[in-house]
Amino acid sequence: MCVAVPGEIVAVAPDGTGVVDFGGAQRTVSLALLDRSQVGDFVIVHAGFALHRIDPDEARETRELFRAILADDPT
Amino acid sequence: MRSSPTTLPEGCSGAALAARLLARLRTYGGPPVSLMEVCGTHTVAVARMGLRRLLPTGVRLRSGPGCPVCVTPVEVFDEALALAAEPGVILATYGDALRVPGSVGSLADVRARGADVRVVYGAAEALALARREPRREVVLLGLGFETTAPGVAWAVLQARREGLSNFTVLSAHKALMPALHVLLRDPELAVAGLLCPGHASMVLGSRAYAPLAQTYRVPCAVAGFEPEEVLLGLGCLLDQIARGEARVDNAYPSAVPADGNPTALRVLGQVFELTDSRWRGLGALPGSGYEVAPEYGAYDARRRFLAGRTFPGQEPAGCACAGVLRGRVEPADCPLFGDRCTPHSPVGACMVSSEGACGAQYRFREV
Repeated sequence: MCVAVPGEIVAVAPDGTGVVDFGGAQRTVSLALLDRSQVGDFVIVHAGFALHRIDPDEARETRELFRAILADDPT
Repeated sequence: MRSSPTTLPEGCSGAALAARLLARLRTYGGPPVSLMEVCGTHTVAVARMGLRRLLPTGVRLRSGPGCPVCVTPVEVFDEALALAAEPGVILATYGDALRVPGSVGSLADVRARGADVRVVYGAAEALALARREPRREVVLLGLGFETTAPGVAWAVLQARREGLSNFTVLSAHKALMPALHVLLRDPELAVAGLLCPGHASMVLGSRAYAPLAQTYRVPCAVAGFEPEEVLLGLGCLLDQIARGEARVDNAYPSAVPADGNPTALRVLGQVFELTDSRWRGLGALPGSGYEVAPEYGAYDARRRFLAGRTFPGQEPAGCACAGVLRGRVEPADCPLFGDRCTPHSPVGACMVSSEGACGAQYRFREV
């Protein structure tokens, strides 16, 4: 039910909606719950609303996490 | 066609990485522990991966009340059934809610007999329906945690902006935190680590779990849904346990900011207020239900159409959903599981929803 899917904003309309491309399938979603968004942003969409804009820095953080957990032995 | 975007950056996915993560998990040498996930999407991911069999000896992973349709008590479906029977009403809801049995029948049953029940993908679709059908009352049965509720709140604000008077919400929205407090206080469950839901946390923020980690000395980790992401989250929990620590690790930083989504939280707080609310499995929990605030009473289906009526709700006989949702009963230990209760002919809500613990276990039982 809380499934959310990442996609890329490919168009923004004046009414606060945008077209998001989910790897080929496109869908109009509401951008009203984001503080800002523009074409080219990657967003995570749930039940027709974009709820999060993915920041490229956060991708770096994910990489660091994987690196840390695989390198580190707590025992 | 391009490949589907994921939340995993390049170099952070693949079977080889998953195998390394699993090998890393299996170095766990601490005491036997029970971990809990509280998110329907995690329930499905874990069942699909067959993860429970791969965990190190002594590490158990339970599913908690993470499926919103499952935790919605019978009386809410009875309210929806009563509204669907009213002439002029269009009852809109999500696909998962359609087949959940009320005291007598489900929304799918009354639809088959002529009631106007429509499946929508989200609140904006229900609002569009109200615009197209100005002479009908469109009632949205709203279910879900903080992931779904802000969109419904936005639809109420939008209805007011547009002057739409034929759109109302029958809210069964629930707040996640009060339920987590109940579970972490339960001595029988003895949850040693909490895998926090990825997408509800996108709205709530990873910091929201800090009081849980502090109060109950329970390690928390927010995790995503790809196998690699689930394993990473579990790795964070087991590391904290091995070190005797209890904090919140954000293992899903690409989706979950520390402070969540302030816009969504603002809209949520504007339209809804927290009230005492009943959960299937957990009973009545103070401050755990999102009810439409009096200021927006014109958009509250309960206030508009159900005032003065009570719906006692009757749980299906023999169904162990309540224990399953609390993490105390494994789905396969329910006497009805796979026999009288299957996804094709479900008795309880946990088998109806694709992300209910019973439904997920049944579908992936061969794995």
